[in-house]
Amino acid sequence: MKVLVAVKRVIDYNVKIRVKADNTGVETANVKMSMNPFDEIAVEEAIRMKEKGAATEVIAFSAGPAQCQETIRTALAMGADRGILVQSDAELQPLAVAKLLKAVVDKEQPGLVIVGKQAIDDDSNQTGQMLAALLGWSVGTFANKLNVADGTVEVKREVDGGLENIKIKMPAVITTDLRLNEPRYASLPNIMKAKKKPIETLAPDALGVDVAPRLKTLKVEEPPKRKSGIKVKTVAELVEKLRNEAGVI
Amino acid sequence: MAVLVVAAHDGKTVRANVANAVAAAGQMGPEVHVLVAGSNAGEAAQSAAAIQGVAKVLQAEDAAYANWLAEDIAPLVVKLAPNYSHVVMAADSVGKNIAPRVAALLDVAQVSEAIQVVSPDTFVRPIYAGNAMATVQTADKIKIVTVRPTNFKAAVGGGSAAIEQIAGTGSAGLSSFAGAELSKSERPELTSAKIVVSGGRGLQSGENFKMLETLADKLGAGLGASRAAVDAGYVPNDYQVGQTGKVVAPDLYIAIGISGAIQHLAGMKDSKTIVAINKDEEAPIFQVADYGLVGDLFQLVPELTAAIEKK
Repeated sequence: MKVLVAVKRVIDYNVKIRVKADNTGVETANVKMSMNPFDEIAVEEAIRMKEKGAATEVIAFSAGPAQCQETIRTALAMGADRGILVQSDAELQPLAVAKLLKAVVDKEQPGLVIVGKQAIDDDSNQTGQMLAALLGWSVGTFANKLNVADGTVEVKREVDGGLENIKIKMPAVITTDLRLNEPRYASLPNIMKAKKKPIETLAPDALGVDVAPRLKTLKVEEPPKRKSGIKVKTVAELVEKLRNEAGVI
Repeated sequence: MAVLVVAAHDGKTVRANVANAVAAAGQMGPEVHVLVAGSNAGEAAQSAAAIQGVAKVLQAEDAAYANWLAEDIAPLVVKLAPNYSHVVMAADSVGKNIAPRVAALLDVAQVSEAIQVVSPDTFVRPIYAGNAMATVQTADKIKIVTVRPTNFKAAVGGGSAAIEQIAGTGSAGLSSFAGAELSKSERPELTSAKIVVSGGRGLQSGENFKMLETLADKLGAGLGASRAAVDAGYVPNDYQVGQTGKVVAPDLYIAIGISGAIQHLAGMKDSKTIVAINKDEEAPIFQVADYGLVGDLFQLVPELTAAIEKK
């Protein structure tokens, strides 16, 4: 069974982002970029499946500008076998990415597609669910634990009240939550090896996908700032403030 | 055209956040309908009918809807959607699971976690863990929107909408429910609690969370945690407050032993009053706290609990 994982290139999660002065977006020039953390979890899960013999090949997919090659290389260094980049400088929204993924799935016929539950830039939390819909497949979102057996996946999901178990038919799409696993660091020899692994580059047109954005971003602004608070010295002072100043207890 | 709110429920009542979603939906169109799909969902449908601003409740009975599997609910919503200008769900684990499937089946975009309705086609939504606010406009004929409940004041009760029975769409046969492991708690639910007490890595163990339970119970508060505390196994995943966990906006949020990573701040910085207790006076949590108390939480928390006791 092939496993396809999708990896997105995003601003590193440790970077404090800046809104552009003209309010058209967020500054990405000269900013450290990394793989979306939820996608690292997806890559790790796929590699573990291969190590256990449940998967035969792990393919890392990305869509975006040429630099997304680096993100795919990271997945290859972790242990993925080969990469596919759908190269486009256009803004790619979740529905467009889901359509690109579908086109690649139609070609590659993986048994599972594993993606991060959300990207930490647009925080959409849509692509995996949309891909499953376009394919007519089942979906296991917010996965905390997976067990693949006999053409089904048992998915333990992180939900509002705790955890929920579902059984879904394969082929299926999985979206990862934080506790699914702890992604490995790529070792230096594996980083070197990854340089020789193949990455195929495709164009959206060649896949017959219209990637034109459906949502128009009118403006991007800084969030309202909280007014700075005060430090209190004692518990008694805190309780007094909460009772008489804030009136919340 | 009317707006359709898809309501999650427990069989007895719709979730509290449905009232928030109805309020948001009321800003998108002239009339709000609520879909209650389930197996024996009569009581839940009645609870939806009691929300002010709801003109009609659609109750769809089907055994396949008992556990809210996306594969089975989405086709029902897709079938109803052409009669509506918008389909709205609360941005909780049910809405996040189902809404994008509906959107893709309709070949339309989704607006995720709207926090403000600017006009029926324009919404404000947080991006980058709330460190930027994007105003987005959708040209799609049917608009699929999930809304962040804490940003819309819940519609009040006392309504009496008509309940219309509609046919179910059956099971897609792709997925099945195999049980839940839900946290049992007598405390108020985190996302609707007036006061939330949250603990972080500073607590050092799950055992030490008992100290926060005592404080929370004195205050009638919900209990939350940072990602670090959940990852360390101190508390279950459903305690997590933050960008990818729950978003809360109580009157009072007490952050104890939480350093304040941006991902955590994203989930609580809309709280009315924020208190931070941390031994590190440089901790970022103090930048959003109205009242900061620097010191050893193991000494300060019992002291606080005792001080609240003697009113």
